[in-house]
Order: sequence, then C-alpha cells, then structure tokens
Amino acid sequence: MTEALLFKNIDEPGLSTLEVYAKRGGYESLRKALAMSPEAVLAELEASGLRGRGGAGFAMGKKVSFLPKGSIDKYLVCNADESEPGTFKDRELMQKSPHVLIEGIVIASYAAGATRSFIYIRGEYVHQADVLDAALVEAREAGYVGEDILGSGHSLSLVVHRGAGAYICGEETGLLDSLEGKRGNPRLKPPFPANQGLYQGPTLINNVETLATVPAIVAMGGERYAKLGTETSKGTKLVSVSGHVQRPGNYEIELGIPSREIVYGLAGGPPPGREVKCWFPGGSSAPVLTADDLDLPYDFDSLARAGSMLGSGAIIVVDDSTPIIDVALKVAKFYAHESCGKCTPCREGTNWTVKMLERIDSGEATPMDIEIMASVQEHIIGNCLCVLGDAMAMPIGSMIAKFRDEFEAHIEQARAHSGLGASPVAEGALV
Amino acid sequence: RARVNNALFARARAGTPEENDTTSPAAVAPELRKEIEAHMALYPDSRSAALPALEAAQRVHGWCSPEAIEQVASVMGVTPAYLAAVATFYDMLETEPVGKHSVYVCTNISCSLHGADALYEAVRDAADGDPEFNVRPFECLGACDIAPMASVDGVYVGPLTTEDVPRMLEDARAGRIVLPDKQLTTRGVADQHANSHELQEGTP
Ligand SMILES: Cc1cc2nc3c(=O)[nH]c(=O)nc-3n(C[C@H](O)[C@H](O)[C@H](O)COP(=O)(O)O)c2cc1C
Ligand code: SF4
Ligand code: FES
Repeated sequence: MTEALLFKNIDEPGLSTLEVYAKRGGYESLRKALAMSPEAVLAELEASGLRGRGGAGFAMGKKVSFLPKGSIDKYLVCNADESEPGTFKDRELMQKSPHVLIEGIVIASYAAGATRSFIYIRGEYVHQADVLDAALVEAREAGYVGEDILGSGHSLSLVVHRGAGAYICGEETGLLDSLEGKRGNPRLKPPFPANQGLYQGPTLINNVETLATVPAIVAMGGERYAKLGTETSKGTKLVSVSGHVQRPGNYEIELGIPSREIVYGLAGGPPPGREVKCWFPGGSSAPVLTADDLDLPYDFDSLARAGSMLGSGAIIVVDDSTPIIDVALKVAKFYAHESCGKCTPCREGTNWTVKMLERIDSGEATPMDIEIMASVQEHIIGNCLCVLGDAMAMPIGSMIAKFRDEFEAHIEQARAHSGLGASPVAEGALV
Repeated sequence: RARVNNALFARARAGTPEENDTTSPAAVAPELRKEIEAHMALYPDSRSAALPALEAAQRVHGWCSPEAIEQVASVMGVTPAYLAAVATFYDMLETEPVGKHSVYVCTNISCSLHGADALYEAVRDAADGDPEFNVRPFECLGACDIAPMASVDGVYVGPLTTEDVPRMLEDARAGRIVLPDKQLTTRGVADQHANSHELQEGTP
C-alpha cells in the first residue's frame, strides 16, 4: 500500500488544531496554489483525474471548469451531509483533520473563482460541526480565510451550516434548497448547479473527501497523484467498512485493490465460522454483490461493470446468518421514510415495496408477488426527479435477482407458519 | 416523511391578531433574538438562517412550538406558516412537545445487523412514561463503525448492549458525560496504516 494521503497522521494528538496541522505541512499547499494562477491550479486538478467522492464519481476538475468565467458571484458548497447508510468517512476526517478540508475549500475556491463558501454538515454531527467552527476561527485569524488571503487578492467567506436531519439534503439540489432555508426538495436538472445553484448563482458543489484531497494534489502535483490507482479511478479513497466484519471502520486504500483485501485483509471479514452472503460496495443505494464478486478490483469502473457502484465508498457486509428479507426490508423502509414525496413512482413505489416485503415476511404473499415487486422496481428506475427512487429500486432489484430462491423459500415457510398453507403457485395451480 | 402537526398549521394560519403580528417581537428573549440575527447576518439571503434559527428556538422552547415558530418568524420577517412547513420536513425539528433529553437509536442496516432493533426496544421500554426522554429510532447516523449506536443529546456512543441502557439514561438525566468508555470521539481510526511511521518514530 502506498502512503496515506488523507489519513496521514490522522490520530496525532492535536491534529485538529492549526498548530499541529501547520507543523505537519498544513496550509503549505495553499501558499503554493496562491503563488500559481487559478488556471494553473485547475490544470493540476484536471491532471489528477480526481473523481467526486460523494457518490456519482464525476471528474472534479471538469466540474470546476464548467463554472462560468468572469467576476460574477460564485459559490462553493461542501457537501458534508453524509447520510448514505453505511458511510462515515467524512465524519472521521472532519473530526480529526478539519483544517485539511478548510485548506481544500480555499484552494478549490481560488481555482473556481468562488468568493463565498459553505459547509453543509448534517445536524446530527454536532461534535464535528463544533470542531469545524473552532478550526475556522483559527484559519480566519491566521489569514487563510477572509479578505485578501495571504495577500493574493483572493477573498473567501466560509460558513459552517448545520442541517436538521433529512437524507435527501445530501442530494445536491435538495441541499441547495435546504441551504436557502427551504424544505430540502430536489430541483429539476438542468439547470445544473454549475450554472444555477445557490441563490441562482454558479455553484461548485463537492463532497468533503473530494475537497480534502485537493491539498495533497497541489502538494504532489496532479500528474504524480494520477499515478495512484487505476487508469480511470485515480488516487486513494476512504472506505467505510461496517456490518458483519471483525474490524469495522475507515480505511484509506489505493483504488483498484481487490475488494477481498478490504473486506478480509483490512476489516477482518465476518466472524469465525461465518461467510459473506452479500455486500453493498457503495452504501445501501448500491446493488448488492455476492461472495463470488470479492475478487473485483475496488474502483469505479470495475464495480459498475459488475452491475453495482462504488458510490460513497461504504462497504456493508452481510454474513450468512441474516435472511435476505431482513436486509431488503431495512433498505426499503429507509427509502420510504426518506422519500420527499414529490414524484409518484418514488413516493408510492417505496411505500408499496415495504408493504410487499412485509406481506412476504408475514406469509400473505405468493411467488407471483416477487414478479410484481421486481416490476415495480423497474418502473421506478429512471422515472423520478432525483435518484432516491432508483437508490431503493436498484438494491432491492439486485436482491430479488440474486436471492430469488431464498425469497421463494421464505414465502412458503412463512405461509406454512401463518397457517395459510402452500401457495397456489407452489402447488402448480397457477403455473 | 413529514409528521404534520395540524394544530401548528391551524394556529399559524388563523392565530389571534397579536399572535400573527410579526411587527411586535417583544416576547422574543433577547439572547434568542441575538442568536437568530447573528445567523441571518451570515448569508446573502437571510432566509438561509431558517434551520439554525429554528434549532436555536427549539433549544429555548423545547420544541418548535407555535410560539417558538412565531418568534423566529417575527425576527426573520417571514410568515409562521412558511417556517412551520420547513420545520415539518426535518427529523431533528420537533413539531410536538418532547422530552428534553433526546436519544436517537440508529436502526438502519449496519446497526440492525448488530442487534439495533432489540437495543431500540430496550431503550424505549426503559424510558417508557418518563417525560424527560425523547427516544426515537433513527436512520443511519454515520457511525456504523460503533454499531449498534445511539446519539444521546447529540453525543455518539457505541457499540452498545442492552445492559448499557440504564446507565446511559441515568448519565443523561444527571447531566453527566454519557457512557465515557463508549464515546465515539475517543476512538482511534481503524486503519493501522494511517498513522504513519513518522509519528511512531516520534519526530516533532
Ligand atoms: C439521494 C442522494 C443522496 C446523496 N447524499 C450525499 C451525501 O450525503 N454526501 C455527498 O457528498 N453526496 C451525496 N449525494 C451526491 C450529491 O448529489 C453530489 O453528487 C455530490 O455532493 C457531488 O460531490 P462530488 O462530485 O465531490 O462527489 C447524494 C445524491 C443523492 C441522489
Ligand atoms: S425521486 Fe423521491 S426523493 Fe427524489 S424528488 Fe422524487 S419523490 Fe423526492
Ligand atoms: S447504520 Fe447505524 S450508524 Fe450507520
């Protein structure tokens, strides 16, 4: 494994203070960047190949380049909502190394020509928001944030904005509405935030980890950074591993290493005597993979080719002690609860899927219901304003496809248990 | 998602003239007014302060009561109905009266794989009928590494067992540090490799 970039010295006592962060070379990248032209900094970001770490994996440098040029008011928003189930990497980073995020934001704002910035942090992260606020006071006093930063002529305001509990505010346009003081309903795209974002102005919006990687890129140069990882997934990535593993937690890996090395090598795999049944490679919105997929390289394209996604880098492992129906119900209930209700396929489809799964569990369903449930998922995908509906339909669809036998067996067992007897389909009546 | 409180809406729409009078904010406690105004000053459009302002008012009033919402509305210069609609969208803004100690027990996927549903039931039963506690099952709180976990008055603790529940509630009630041995903030990163050789060699 290569050197840790984001997690370097992460547990050093006092790293959250400017004093220790500066001793470790903190804000040197900012000095270096401010001595360059904004275009040159942007060129480094593009050369690095860095892809967004919040879920969609869009090239960060390209996103910066989409912002209109000129002296109009531009905004930078850091997405610290981190509410995709299974994801907790931004939390550890912000809590232990808040200055690396602040430094990344200031450099990115310089490249993008943004003069106002916000960190939208989920309201539940009380401690992390306090840590950020304290770090921000230090950064302002040291002249790294504010007017005419280090005499460069670049100015930037930065506000830590606390959310109030709503998964959908992690979706970038829902987040922008929430930041404007409204209900966090997603907006229709286009227009994209780069053209019309916060207060209708051009807005760069990136995940915490994406922005926190910027200082390392400036320090080592985009080209050197691009040597890490694979051809299309450059660099290192923080992965949050949870569920049935012996050493759950955050790990910084080089993109492209075998998934098995993360699940077993780093996180210790399931408890003794247990096997991996399925795993979500990128948060609970990602279609599940099985033990057969553990040799896949952990990078954006390999996981996409396997029908899933890297998403936020959250690996959730489920071992063979857990019925698949339990997993499906948890996932479906979450999205039903978090649907903002704006689009019918999402609002109705998520609720309906929960009811269907409950029927399966209580023994009221027949195998035909599996067909119907699978087709509901297909009807949700691509028919909603944002991808929250898809975020349920994709993992549920994958569970039905990969564990159909288990669903069917569960239906028969539950029917027998509830006294309804074998389903008509099982008896051959409907076949 | 929205747990709509009809009483709140009705009052916001059809309050008495004094209640609807957004020009006489005399009832707003000075510290609360100051806090809301400070938030408003941070944004190009002061309406952005809605969430922090409601959160501040909730801290003072215990929940986003009609009074709390009217006070925020009067300081921010928006209608109470607007803020009531905002408040119902967010899980952390309470639109019904609740106990002063919040206990959010995560029951999402990673925690449930470690027994979160039983944990939630144990907490709920232990606090049953106690008006001091606001116990709620919650979506993933972003701490699946300490599953199963809970956030007690904003402080993350885990991994929890049902045996921890009485002590957890007692600590909260007494205003003590909750389960000091189970606090998230005291944990090292899982990645052994992260803390570099430099550190171990003790360079300055
Ligand atoms: C339903 C939904 C929830 C999302 N939640 C988050 C989140 O919590 N954090 C995040 O960074 N991105 C989240 N995203 C992705 C954002 O919309 C956006 O793509 C991202 O913030 C862009 O930053 P990046 O390019 O640096 O990844 C979510 C997207 C959707 C559709
Ligand atoms: S897909 Fe669901 S969450 Fe997204 S806008 Fe539509 S109803 Fe809201
Ligand atoms: S699932 Fe409980 S904190 Fe993430």
